[in-house]
Amino acid sequence: MTPVWILSDYYNNINCCISFNILQLLKKNLIFLKIHVFLFAVPNLSSRLRFQSSSSDMTPNPRLRRSRYIFASNMAANGAVCSSKTKLQDGRCVVKEVNGVRNIFSEQVEYSKLLETKDSNGVPPKKKPVRSKESFEEVPLYTAVMTYLGFYLLMFLGYFNQLFFTPKVAMEKNREGYVPLFDRFESFYLRYVYRRVRDCWNQPICSVPGAEIVLKDRITKDYGWTFEYTGTFTKCLNLGSYNYLGFAEADGPCADAAAEAIEMYGCAMCSTVQELGTHPLVVELERTTAKFLGTEDAIVFGMGFATNSLNLPSLVSPGCLVLSDEKNHASLILGLRLSGATIKVFRHNNMLSLEKLLRDAVIYGQPRTRRPWKKILIVVEGVFSMEGSIVHLPDIIRLKKKYKAYLYLDEAHSIGALGENGRGVLDYYGCDPNDVDILMGTFTKSFGSAGGYIAGSKRLIDHLRVNSHAACYASAMSPPIAQQIITSMKIIMGEDGTLEGKKRIIQLARNARYFRRRLKQIGVIIYGNDDSPVVPLLVYMFSKIGAVVRTLRTRNIATVGVGFPATPLMEGRIRFCISASHTKEQLDKALEVIEEISDTLGLRYSQLPRFKGEVVYGSDDESQ
Amino acid sequence: MATQWVLLEVFQALNEVPFYHIFLEVGLLMWILWLIFHKSYNPKELEQLTDFEKEKLIEEWTPEPLVGNVAQNHPSLKPRMVSGKAGKFINVDGHYCLNMATHNYLGFVGNKDIEESAIKTLQKYGVGSCGPRGFYGTVDVHLDLEDRLTEFMKMEEAVVYSYGFSTIASAIPAYAKRGDVIFVDENVNFAIQKGLDASRSKIRFFKHNDMVDLERLLMDQAALDKKNPKKAQVTRRFLIVEGIYMNSGNICPLPELVELRKKYRLRIFVDESISFATLGDHGRGVTEYYNIPREEVDMISCSMEWSMATIGGFCVGSSFVVEHQRLSGLGYCFSASLPPLLAAAAITSLDIMEKDPTLFKKLQQQCQLVHKALSTLPLFILQGDPDSPVKHLYLRNPPNCTNHEFNLLSKIADFCIEHGIAVVTAAYLQTEKFTPRNSIRVTVNNMLTGDEINNVAVVLEKASSEVL
Ligand SMILES: Cc1ncc(COP(=O)(O)O)c(C=O)c1O
Repeated sequence: MTPVWILSDYYNNINCCISFNILQLLKKNLIFLKIHVFLFAVPNLSSRLRFQSSSSDMTPNPRLRRSRYIFASNMAANGAVCSSKTKLQDGRCVVKEVNGVRNIFSEQVEYSKLLETKDSNGVPPKKKPVRSKESFEEVPLYTAVMTYLGFYLLMFLGYFNQLFFTPKVAMEKNREGYVPLFDRFESFYLRYVYRRVRDCWNQPICSVPGAEIVLKDRITKDYGWTFEYTGTFTKCLNLGSYNYLGFAEADGPCADAAAEAIEMYGCAMCSTVQELGTHPLVVELERTTAKFLGTEDAIVFGMGFATNSLNLPSLVSPGCLVLSDEKNHASLILGLRLSGATIKVFRHNNMLSLEKLLRDAVIYGQPRTRRPWKKILIVVEGVFSMEGSIVHLPDIIRLKKKYKAYLYLDEAHSIGALGENGRGVLDYYGCDPNDVDILMGTFTKSFGSAGGYIAGSKRLIDHLRVNSHAACYASAMSPPIAQQIITSMKIIMGEDGTLEGKKRIIQLARNARYFRRRLKQIGVIIYGNDDSPVVPLLVYMFSKIGAVVRTLRTRNIATVGVGFPATPLMEGRIRFCISASHTKEQLDKALEVIEEISDTLGLRYSQLPRFKGEVVYGSDDESQ
Repeated sequence: MATQWVLLEVFQALNEVPFYHIFLEVGLLMWILWLIFHKSYNPKELEQLTDFEKEKLIEEWTPEPLVGNVAQNHPSLKPRMVSGKAGKFINVDGHYCLNMATHNYLGFVGNKDIEESAIKTLQKYGVGSCGPRGFYGTVDVHLDLEDRLTEFMKMEEAVVYSYGFSTIASAIPAYAKRGDVIFVDENVNFAIQKGLDASRSKIRFFKHNDMVDLERLLMDQAALDKKNPKKAQVTRRFLIVEGIYMNSGNICPLPELVELRKKYRLRIFVDESISFATLGDHGRGVTEYYNIPREEVDMISCSMEWSMATIGGFCVGSSFVVEHQRLSGLGYCFSASLPPLLAAAAITSLDIMEKDPTLFKKLQQQCQLVHKALSTLPLFILQGDPDSPVKHLYLRNPPNCTNHEFNLLSKIADFCIEHGIAVVTAAYLQTEKFTPRNSIRVTVNNMLTGDEINNVAVVLEKASSEVL
């Protein structure tokens, strides 16, 4: 069993600390990679073995992989056979007796109790169809083996290549005798593995990133070392930009207002917020944001990434514990690292794992000093950008209340994109904004602008105004950027007197559901929640990421591929981002192409039974 | 055959030994088995908490509040409101003032050409780019801007970030890792400090602009390296300085730094957020100012939020060094790209700078004039290079308490704003590595006239004698 444990360690490493200085991590894993070379066929088998053996243990095995749990879904309706330890109940994800541990998922009954007790101020409790249907279908064994084989072949060819051909890259001049600036393995990976698919990323565009996008064509004559622009352009359907509500527009009310703001205030203030950077638009934006989210106050910053990385340090400090989802965004991880707080990672969206950590933290306190933690902060995202899953917010709120932890919710991908009124996950689940201590989000996505906000109680926001690194040292938000957000937010709220915002929200929800259901029908494996506009399509193999992105591009569909090291080695994927500006016809066209290429490229991995009937656009029929 | 033989022998042996011996042997064997398998007393088990106790502990635990209380009269809660453009003149809380506070050194705020190009770009590309650079967030405007910056700085490659603060803060940890050593000036700005934190390298601070102190540290390090040559072979060494220091207004002694760089094999990164487009005959910054070939510096990082009057930042250097950030700069990879209209504004600022290099000469003259005027103030000590557009005024006779000092300076700033001169106290947080002394930060722009500069000095003097 020893090699099995080593392998599982390797998994753990990849799963837990993804994407934070990725290449460094790669290096760390090199030794494990080497072991893999000898044991390439074992991993999948071994994790299965582990799963079975651990199910008799009393404690849940922390090394279990996330994908072993299938937080599933309408598979029950489909009559699908699910993983042995998972039981499904009418659309709610309920994990029963995983590894013999008491089920910590609230049943539906408990939920409604919770919702009812909360609304004591006479407001009737919102009865929402809670339809968190999430699926992470397991990879077939054969594919797993082939994926590893393929990756090692790629590595092997790379080494071979490196032996015989000098790389066509710039060399450092005039620094002889210095310690090399870059790590050897890092350079190798970039030059000989990543380069082969380099053309799939950083594709320049020259249009609005709306429903359609104009790509600036480029070719490479030397297998990805260099690129040349051909001077031609290709118009593609845009399934890659985060333009959820379609506010990336070059004309219309938002653009006009932004242009006016430039004339009125210029492009920048050349000062920080605390000095002389506060202009009326910033104040109006903060007020509008607070109103939109239903919180007491809000504060805005010029960049979403900086909102996370520069504000978390003023909220937690050494002696505090942070429980962070393993799939959290790099900006959150950076912020936590800068804060000096102790970080523990729980498995993606896994309440069992979270509760165990919370419980242990409260009971046992800090590991060496045995003092109680100063405070415990749970950090999660609303919609996870790589998984397409929606956070189990009601569960987390329940846990947070029970263990008196604080909750930081990053709504970068969910604000505007989820909920009846576009107010994000809170709206989607009908939760009370006051139950989340810190509501963070970005304006980059649904609002078609840039920047980020933090909303919450007045006390919190006052604290940030005084102590936030960004408020004190980073420059104030640019006026046209702020104006774009104000205008688009007012449209979403319906304050412009039209139903435009509502229409977009509904269109997005329909598009996302329709697209996801049709994909499932095709038989490809997609991750995440049925309502999420982020749709990751699993292709597993490293080289297939390149193949799919390129093929789709020749068929005039622009998508994004994500592979190792941004995802686990096993889980290369293509990510579609659905927008409200897509029409059904456009989606149909895309689906047609995907169906076609899933035969030629072999993407129909799903082993679940498929829905046979016709998927009707805009229907909410649960049986589908 | 052989096994049969052995068995036979065993049987014979058993037959021959006395009965009590077998008894003893079996007894011994069972005892050993018992020793191995018996359930021993485990002190850990007794220490384990019962469920009831656990629940009780959970109930008893009270965390600290998420945030502390802030005084409701804290100045940051009611920042001064600027209405309209922050150009040469600025409207602060309804007072029409001469702007001596924002970092608009070249007067590009409100420039018609820049605004026009921004609006034109807005009408073509919309506002946001809706994606990081890797995922369809690279608009051709970004590529143009990078080319233009490379050309302007006469270097090989530039990468554009979407926020000034994140530029250097992401660039440092892209190169410096755990185990590396970074030599840094004590007075570096907060963005650099955060970059250092994120790198987890060993940080050695030297006294502000003190080359002797730096060399002392370098010699220490050299001695360490000698002791452990194996480790020295993998320890990268960096030197990080600012062109003009935001926190002091001084210019770094680049020629000496470059000498030390060569002698001790360091890689030098210069944050030119202020010195870019202010120093040098063509505004190329501190390297041009000292006439040092730019290859001597490994990387230059600048914010576009000050002289260029837009948002964002960039790093320039050799392709070998800078290209790396496209995959390792966190703020570059994991954040949406700069809105195209702001990139277009930056391109137009570059156009203006290239077309009219007299801008920089004029700015330098103004800086010297302001320096002369402010150095006569009796109640202040002036810090900052005469050529620097950022200057700090400290109280000549400071009170013992820093809070009191800050309040006095704020009152002076208030008085100035009421009398038509916008100056501010520099804002710092307690989390600075070495909290800088409270000061009034005065900035210079190239549109000032002689009379206006004299007036600034007069108002400051009046304010200080009024308040102190
Ligand atoms: C969860 C999350 N937080 C923060 C950000 C950063 O936002 P911005 O692009 O505005 O810097 C992103 C962007 O990808 C994100 O996905």
